[in-house]
Amino acid sequence: MELDEEPPHLLNPEALDVALTMSMLLHAKPMDEIHVMRKVVIDGSNTTGFQRTAVIALNGSITVDGVEVPIEQVTLEEDAGRKTGDTKTSAVFRLDRLGVPLIEVSTGPIIHDPEQAGKVAFAIGGILRATKKVKRGLGSIRQDLNVSIKDGALVEVKGVQELELVSKAVGYEVQRQLGLLEVRDELRQRNVKASDIKDEFVDVTSILSGSESKIVQSTLNQGGVALAVKLSSFKGLLKRELIPNIRLGTEMAKRAVFWGRVGGIFHSDELPAYGIDSSHVEEVAKSLGCGELDGFVIVADNLDNAKDGLRAVVERAREAAERIPEETRAANPDGTTVYLRPRPGAARMYPETDVPPVQIGEGRLERLWENLPRMPEELAKELETKHSLSPKLATQLVDSDYLPAFEEIVAGAKSVAPSFVATILTESLRSLQREQVPVENVREDQLKQAFDLVSKGETAKESVLDVLRWLAFHPDGAAEEAVEMLNLRMLTKSDLENIISKVVESNQTLVQDNGAKALGRMMNLVMGEVRGRADPRRVTELLRTRLEQVKA
Amino acid sequence: MSVSALEGYHGEILRRLRKSGAKVGSVIRLTSKSGEVFEGILIPRSEYSDPRHIVLKMRNGYNIGISLERTEKLEVIGEGEKPHFTKPSSPPIRVGLPRVAIISTGGTIASRVDYRTGAVQPALTAADLASVVPELSSIAEVDAHILFSEYSENIGPMHWKGMAEEVAKRIADGAEGVVISHGTDTLHYTAAALSFALSGLPIPVLLVGAQRSSDRPSSDAASNLTGAVALAARADMALVGVAMHQDLSDHIILAHRGTRVRKCHTSRRDAFKSINANPLASYDLKTGQIELTNGVPKRDKSRKLALRSRFDQHAYLIKFYPGFNTSMIDSAVSAGARGIVLEGTGLGHVSRQLFDSVKKALKREIPFFMTSQTIWGRVDMNVYNTGRDLLNLGVTPLEDMIAETAIVKLMWVVAQTKSASKIREMMLRSIAGEMTSRTLVEAS
Repeated sequence: MELDEEPPHLLNPEALDVALTMSMLLHAKPMDEIHVMRKVVIDGSNTTGFQRTAVIALNGSITVDGVEVPIEQVTLEEDAGRKTGDTKTSAVFRLDRLGVPLIEVSTGPIIHDPEQAGKVAFAIGGILRATKKVKRGLGSIRQDLNVSIKDGALVEVKGVQELELVSKAVGYEVQRQLGLLEVRDELRQRNVKASDIKDEFVDVTSILSGSESKIVQSTLNQGGVALAVKLSSFKGLLKRELIPNIRLGTEMAKRAVFWGRVGGIFHSDELPAYGIDSSHVEEVAKSLGCGELDGFVIVADNLDNAKDGLRAVVERAREAAERIPEETRAANPDGTTVYLRPRPGAARMYPETDVPPVQIGEGRLERLWENLPRMPEELAKELETKHSLSPKLATQLVDSDYLPAFEEIVAGAKSVAPSFVATILTESLRSLQREQVPVENVREDQLKQAFDLVSKGETAKESVLDVLRWLAFHPDGAAEEAVEMLNLRMLTKSDLENIISKVVESNQTLVQDNGAKALGRMMNLVMGEVRGRADPRRVTELLRTRLEQVKA
Repeated sequence: MSVSALEGYHGEILRRLRKSGAKVGSVIRLTSKSGEVFEGILIPRSEYSDPRHIVLKMRNGYNIGISLERTEKLEVIGEGEKPHFTKPSSPPIRVGLPRVAIISTGGTIASRVDYRTGAVQPALTAADLASVVPELSSIAEVDAHILFSEYSENIGPMHWKGMAEEVAKRIADGAEGVVISHGTDTLHYTAAALSFALSGLPIPVLLVGAQRSSDRPSSDAASNLTGAVALAARADMALVGVAMHQDLSDHIILAHRGTRVRKCHTSRRDAFKSINANPLASYDLKTGQIELTNGVPKRDKSRKLALRSRFDQHAYLIKFYPGFNTSMIDSAVSAGARGIVLEGTGLGHVSRQLFDSVKKALKREIPFFMTSQTIWGRVDMNVYNTGRDLLNLGVTPLEDMIAETAIVKLMWVVAQTKSASKIREMMLRSIAGEMTSRTLVEAS
């Protein structure tokens, strides 16, 4: 559902079944009746202005490395639109993801170190995949991390897309909160109270009108203003780096951007710079009545935005003197985070009156219970026996996204060894990935095509990787096409014989001089021509016959 | 304890909740037979839900339903707050603004949500409206009344009469514009009815509704109401219109002529379209600018309002379709029909299998009128033989009048005259801009 105008559909029964199955695997207790709620989201990612969400089960647990991890809640939600860009006044979203069923699993607050967080996320991911109904690929499994430390605050980190980042992001957040506590303690030592930070803004337009700052100049050209506020006793603290590239000043800037719709801020610890020179800095400080230890922040924008931006800065500075604010932060690809929005409370939730509650009958639970998918370890064991895979390969396959594809392929491509398929789907694809080949573009049906071609003898198994590489760059293509384009089609017997004859003829002397002993060197020469297009055993066979003919 | 203290609960659950002293809003703890514990605020249950589950709102805001059969113990562990609605202080009334009367007939155009329990309370008084839609107080001096509260599908001729009379009263009281809030399903029928019932209007009367209820962040209720009030207060026009969204954006509110408008979508906010005509006016929500279409009747305080608010339900609207059973016409006739509007195909046709029934009815002095189910366009029965046959039988084509307006007009006409020829004459005379002989390119 993409339009708010569309009347809501009933709860998708398949999605509900998957969520219930997931709940059972997490040993959580399904609700007797599911109530769909509206969770207000007004950043534009939901066309309705709210996200539909429902508690499916409560009070589960899983065991990770011998430690019991409580699963507080499993919810079924509608995914939001994906932001693809924004300008100062608008945000652009893609709606293709909007309304896709999303399962949210919340663990209890028991994870004590960043590494454990990563392991728990990995374990939950494994269970999700066990349902075989969960979409794979970057962004389809996301981790929201709630991090709090002693004396700190509950901070939600959103958008951690890769499992490897979980422990890193948690680590950075702990570091950030420790850094903020240090700032608070220093402010206390400097005797700064929140009430000392006043929201008294001074118009510094005339001071900065002579600066070379492009931002200031373009703002002033559009009739905007430059406002500044004094931050008592903040000197040196604004540039304090909490985590890589995130300073206290950055935190203030993000707040100002969010609340004031401004492009950014200038703070005294980073000046002179950006076309604002020391004489401007001095004058601004003077106009604000700054003392030796005071800092300041400047915002250039239209009057309303500038005021809102500075209000947000003052608010953040006051918090710095008192506590760590609860907030929602967005993860960067390196695991550091930036301020996203304030943390919403229960108040943003109200009933979705257009979707009737769903009773979960015993019959439904029994049916799901009987069809409960197996867990990763179990699956790996089964693969070992059924397809004679090594334990390592079996585990890798279960952990990969390709288990359903593997089963499809092996069922169809009868004459290809399962261990070969498994190796390609795990180790080989990973090595292609390392070479920056976008293997995630290759669809399951394309994988199947590639192996089917090998099975039917239309291409050699040595060609599979080249075919997959080609498909990764040609997502709309077919394996057949790849084989054609890369000239990997198996040679017919007569084609092969022709090539062998040519090679033999152009190396007459070698053959004459060495007789049957020339086989090894001739083999190399022929294979150089037909690699990937002929079975080496067959080449040997034909070449031997040919050489014998020559000798005769 | 009043029943509403345990709203929506019945039977065994109601008994157990009463016994434990629980009320909606109480914090209760349920212990299941298997030992699970659920805590939360007791939430009212929808009257359409089954009687076997108790609904709790957990601390994190989610609602869950717990089956009574699985519940071993039910105890009240705290008194929650009742749903309450704190009113934001109303902005001061600015004197000197135009006086606009808002008449509410149902459909909660504005409401407040108690986010803790999810309860919705309609905002109906002027003060309520002003607090929910504060923009209004800078546009007009609003005076709001509830006339009745009815789903629009239940609204009929008696309600039209009541609305017309109320409008007349408000005009007599000095209103400079009237806004009627109304459910959207039959909004356009009411708009047509009022257009005929209120002739010689000195001021504009705008009907307004909402396609997305006001408990949604994306609701169009407040923006439509703002547009309607602004147009009622300031637009230099004097007729009945419908004020709704132009498109999907909260940008332009259009006023459509009451006799030319139709709901054309089940759920989109731009469901209302002017058919075979241009909208009357537009209001820009961002700039507050009003643009008027040429030829719209202007305000004139000295103009005398004529109220003719009677409607007679012995008028029928019959839609033709392939496989039509002619008994539908016969039974309308035997039920005492005083006129029948046909919604024919294309340019205004029905199968010749209907001819006998039509002929019989016409013989009994029951006039037939032709409109088209294509919605847009004009009927023309001189193009094909079937049309010519129908004309020869005595069926009267209604030009570019839409079927919905035609049936409302017929109800109004037959309430005023018994003569078939007078009925025909009135149906063919444009009384409230419901038909024209000229089709404009941009209105097609």
